[in-house]
Amino acid sequence: MSQQSIDLRGVSKSFGATRVLEDIDLSVKEGEFLSLVGMSGCGKSTLLRIIAGLEAPDRGSVFIGAADVTARDPSDRNLAMVFQSYALYPHMSVRQNIATPLRMRILTLPARLPLLGRLLAPTAVLAQIDTDVSKAAETLQITHLLDRKPGQLSGGQRQRVALARALVRQPAAFLMDEPLSNLDAKLRAHMRDELAALHRRLGATFIYVTHDQTEAMTMSDRIALMIDGRIEQLGTPDDLYQRPATLAVARFIGSPTINLLPAEADGEGRVTIAGQSTSILARPGPLTVGIRPEDLETGDEGLAAEVLRVETHGPDRFLTCALPTDRSTVTLRQGASARPARGDMLKLRIPPERAHLFGSDGQRVPARITGRVAA
Amino acid sequence: MTDAALTPAAPARGAIALPRGLIFVAPAVLLMLAIYILPIVVLTGFSITDYRLGALRWEFVGLQNFRAAFQDPVFVRALANTALYAVLVIPTGVFLALGIALLVQGRRHSRALWETAYFLPVTATLVAMATVWQFLLHPTLGPVNAAITWAGFDPVSFLGNPALLIPTLALIGIWQVLGFNMVLFLAGLTAIPNDLLDAARMDGARSPIDRFLTVTWPMLGPTTMFVIVTTSISAFKVFETVAVLTKGRSGSETLLYALYLEGFEYSNTGYAAALTLIFLAIVLVLSIGQTLRMDRRVHY
Repeated sequence: MSQQSIDLRGVSKSFGATRVLEDIDLSVKEGEFLSLVGMSGCGKSTLLRIIAGLEAPDRGSVFIGAADVTARDPSDRNLAMVFQSYALYPHMSVRQNIATPLRMRILTLPARLPLLGRLLAPTAVLAQIDTDVSKAAETLQITHLLDRKPGQLSGGQRQRVALARALVRQPAAFLMDEPLSNLDAKLRAHMRDELAALHRRLGATFIYVTHDQTEAMTMSDRIALMIDGRIEQLGTPDDLYQRPATLAVARFIGSPTINLLPAEADGEGRVTIAGQSTSILARPGPLTVGIRPEDLETGDEGLAAEVLRVETHGPDRFLTCALPTDRSTVTLRQGASARPARGDMLKLRIPPERAHLFGSDGQRVPARITGRVAA
Repeated sequence: MTDAALTPAAPARGAIALPRGLIFVAPAVLLMLAIYILPIVVLTGFSITDYRLGALRWEFVGLQNFRAAFQDPVFVRALANTALYAVLVIPTGVFLALGIALLVQGRRHSRALWETAYFLPVTATLVAMATVWQFLLHPTLGPVNAAITWAGFDPVSFLGNPALLIPTLALIGIWQVLGFNMVLFLAGLTAIPNDLLDAARMDGARSPIDRFLTVTWPMLGPTTMFVIVTTSISAFKVFETVAVLTKGRSGSETLLYALYLEGFEYSNTGYAAALTLIFLAIVLVLSIGQTLRMDRRVHY
């Protein structure tokens, strides 16, 4: 059964003087697709390796289902892992690669030896292994590659072999460490679909490490965004995009990146953004306002901005505009029908209900819009 | 440039390229000729004559020298001794080095120390070291025998007992090749991606033996092949220890020592040339055989 929950309780890890993970609590539900996202060095891979058992936490525990597996060897955790390098055994054929997890678990050491093994291994067991390998190969459509060596395969094919090797023995959960980052852009998009489809079909628990927010946003049920060894926000892709809990999350998620403008709430809580008064109310003090490029509106009044650059992306145009007030720039996302040109002067309006407010500590600040409650 | 413009220029370029190419390969070709090919041709010439060093005339004797070699008890004995020496040195020198490399690789802080310790014999002059071994193994003065008698056994005459001569030389031979082989294996071990070992652990390779058999040993294939070939060649070339420690007494001649005696002590140049050719043939057949046999299995 490929459906087990995974719980991390108070996991910390340091390498020498460097703290890599700080007191991580995380519950992955049965059958969930959870992504660990963050910049390189944020500790996401280390966290995955701790779940796998390849790395031991300094403090805290790892649970698979109800069992505390913190002290268990990786081979006893019944997890499968797909590596960024695929880590296929180069001296084995694809068939042998996929069979390895089964042979390791089912056959004794003498029965796995090259010549002696053929005499010792029960025929029925070998036949079962063969059947399972064929089934896994069929699932990933690599039956025609079974007798090749990994060296003769393309990147995408190796990726499939690595997946087949992971799913051949129905593990408690699948751990994936940047499995798509060695593929070219087109193949990556294709494999994204396939991975998501595979997840739906198997109904298995997936923990997926990536630095690519698109991968995380498109495939995950939930995303844990990690920054400096902590989970900055845990939620659905929509949560992270629509309601970033901190400034750091807002900055990380979204492409092009969110626009950030200095703001201030006066004694009565009325918020002024870049000198323009708004209908937003928040607790008094300095603020940073985040506004997604697609949420900025143009109109007859608002922030004056000059178009510096127009990037055409087929369906969209991204406009980079300079704000004369403080010489910062904002990005604006418009449909292809808009025909702005470099040097045009625009008036930008920030829809109050689409503005994200953050305090000087980087935490999200609750806001109200005069007359009604906003995000 | 268009194709039409290129076409007439092409033959001219080819004509220039040939002499220029020859100039580039000339140094290597000349060196090969001078150092390897000519000496072998001259050697082959000598091997079918009865030339003695310094003699004014010689005669063509055909394959007489080769026939004589295989009826010569000294040469046959040298052949047998070398075979025994190789059988002792090659497997031990290779697999012990692999074992040590695996142990040394696991050390974090003391790794450099162990590497140096095992590598030192490679840098030392074997002739000088042979003298040290002579002292170490001395029946009355040597610390090895002191330890043996302390443990309650009779002292062993390593360099006196004819049956022990070749095994003793083999022991020194192993000591000599161990460090170099270990360094080669360490390099091979470093090249194994950690991901593969991690993957093996995830796949259920719980014990280090399992991981060794699944990943380490197959991945070391090319290194192992190289180590076996070089160790074999150096085993067949054993000379210094024989020359210093036994001087071939009590029937302890090895191939190189036998042909050194014939060529330089007895001045039988023609005969020595024939022995050298036989030696070359043996080493060549072994190296080619090993390479062909193993090459197919170790490269992926």
